Amino acid sequence: MELTVLLLLTSGLFLGWSLGAADSANVFGTAVGSGMVRFVTAASVCSIFVILGAVFSGAGAAGTLGRLGSVNALPGSFITALSAAFTVYSMAKLRLPVSTTQAIVGAIIGWNLFSGSATDTATLATIVTTWVFCPVAAGLFASLIYLLVRRCVNSYRIHVLSLDLYTRIGLILAGAFGSYSLGANNIGNVMGVFVEVSPFTGFELSNGLGLTSVQQLFLLGAVAIAVGVFTYSKRVMLTVGNDLMPLSPIAAWVVVVAHSLVLFLFASEALEAWLASQGLPTIPLVPVSSSQAIVGAVVGLGLVRGGREVEWRLVGNIALGWVTTPLASAVLCFIGLYVFQNVFDQQVHRLVEYRIDAPVLKKMQSEFGFNARLAQLEDRDFYSARELLGALKRNTFITDRAELRLLDLSESGPYRVRSEHLYGVERVIRDPERLAALAAIEGRRFVHKWQLQEALARQVPQWRLHRDGIVSKHYNKELVRELNFLYRRLRPRP
Amino acid sequence: MHTGKVSRLFGRTRKLEHRIDEFLDRVTESGVVFERALRIYLREGASKDFDGFLEDVVSLEAKEDRLRREIEIEIYARTLIPDLRADVLRLLEDTDAIVNAYEAMLFRLSIQKPDIPGVFHENFVELCATVVSCVESLVLGARAFFRDLEAVRDHCIKTIFLETQCDKLSTKTQRGVFDSDLPLERKIHLRYFIERLDDIANLAEDVADTLQIYTIKRRV
Repeated sequence: MELTVLLLLTSGLFLGWSLGAADSANVFGTAVGSGMVRFVTAASVCSIFVILGAVFSGAGAAGTLGRLGSVNALPGSFITALSAAFTVYSMAKLRLPVSTTQAIVGAIIGWNLFSGSATDTATLATIVTTWVFCPVAAGLFASLIYLLVRRCVNSYRIHVLSLDLYTRIGLILAGAFGSYSLGANNIGNVMGVFVEVSPFTGFELSNGLGLTSVQQLFLLGAVAIAVGVFTYSKRVMLTVGNDLMPLSPIAAWVVVVAHSLVLFLFASEALEAWLASQGLPTIPLVPVSSSQAIVGAVVGLGLVRGGREVEWRLVGNIALGWVTTPLASAVLCFIGLYVFQNVFDQQVHRLVEYRIDAPVLKKMQSEFGFNARLAQLEDRDFYSARELLGALKRNTFITDRAELRLLDLSESGPYRVRSEHLYGVERVIRDPERLAALAAIEGRRFVHKWQLQEALARQVPQWRLHRDGIVSKHYNKELVRELNFLYRRLRPRP
Repeated sequence: MHTGKVSRLFGRTRKLEHRIDEFLDRVTESGVVFERALRIYLREGASKDFDGFLEDVVSLEAKEDRLRREIEIEIYARTLIPDLRADVLRLLEDTDAIVNAYEAMLFRLSIQKPDIPGVFHENFVELCATVVSCVESLVLGARAFFRDLEAVRDHCIKTIFLETQCDKLSTKTQRGVFDSDLPLERKIHLRYFIERLDDIANLAEDVADTLQIYTIKRRV
């Protein structure tokens, strides 16, 4: 890997370190602070399970951030992650529970504004809705679990020493689950902006074990989280936990379990697939805030006890932080991108051109019906998403969904299939029939990405996307990853 | 976590629970021996049998102290119950103070050898029995603190009630003493022993009051 690439990944590693330093306290803070679990035990368990969660379950939530904004240049990813990391670090220094998710969302929007890219408002609405739903859900879970546990403890007459031992074991197990959920749900915050520009290539050993490029990226980010846990989280763990409300060790366990359940629900692809297979409504896979979940759980528990013990003023300050974090991160990212581009002469975003030609209009007509005003834009070129969207708003009436689809269809290359650009492609695209289809269209030129994809699909059906649905989601996701790899390789060089 | 280590952890926890139960058993035993010692003293004075019971209480008190120290060391060394540690250890120390009070009372009888007229024997026996019952209620409350929080309050209320009864018996006995024809120095001497006996019940009531606070703090 080039040194430049490694240097540019450091901002993501810094963000990972910040997340490990701050968010691990949500999982093990009260356990360590109360003396129930030793710090070394907590840090070790946290690190191991964060890494496992990130590598094996991190892809689900990470995909959602990619839809919000696709940072398409490594220097841009560097500044985006750095802005989020700096915001998280600053808030942590102020001893405010901070949401890494909100920081990275704010930074991505900052990048979208700077680069003139479109922000997927539907995805943004989904994410913001979960910011409200997450603490509420955590509060509900905490209340129910607390009532159940209290009844059990009072009914079974367990000796206080045995209860102490069960609580310690429970805190470690809940902490492991919480760490896994933290890794699965939040690795997208740390490394999501680097997915499109990942410098890694997947590998597979002879026994079938291996890691995709995304998993390797997530592993790197997870290791950074683990380093943050060991190097800085002790201080945070020893001070956090009882600020909002005094918690007994059992109450702390309830809070951690509720928090972990919420994070897991919003990260588990397996759960999503199972719900879909049963015909039940699925839960969107969205990065949610560990800090918000903990605060929601503590407040929920406090309300069950009457609400008098909760430090409501502190809750208010924390809620204010949740509003200012994405704003601060967006502003910081915008300024950072400007400086990095103009002072350090780095390409923080790749220019994307759009062309509305006849094939694009034909596609739009087949999906959304004929739009006379859109047809008036035929054969026009646009040099940013903002320019295109501005023209659409002035000249047409078009839904948000159609807007996003038009952006996707009209993005122009050209994409030339040349053998010199396909070196090492077999490390990413492993299906021999897909590789054969690619070889069959060598030398051809395509204006739009979807034309390349359709040409490949005409060669072999393995290049065809399955009908959208939860069951085909994993297949389509892998196929899209391979297609994006091809687009990056075949697009015009600056 | 290795299963062997987990089993050892559970084993050590059970052992510590038994030690606490044993500690409270010693308090109960001390009360029984104390009551019998007083009866013997009233019947025979500072006889050999009385000295035997005194040695039993001394031995029980020493075992109590040893158990309490072992429990304290174990709890601190393993950093157990960090949120309750101070309360539990304070409870054990206060309960241990009651056994010390039993021992001190018997030593006073052995050293000062008060001459208690027969007419007051029944009063002393009744007061002693009520004091021991008061302490026993406290011990039941202490046991419940470790396992059955709901029952603690009932035992504490009974302890407080019995302490009030002890006060009444103490007052009644002292009135009887000072209304009698005994010389003043004997009246004062007897009053001293009545008050020391009543003090044991006062001690138990104080512990019961703090036990109720610990119980509120211990809720989940």
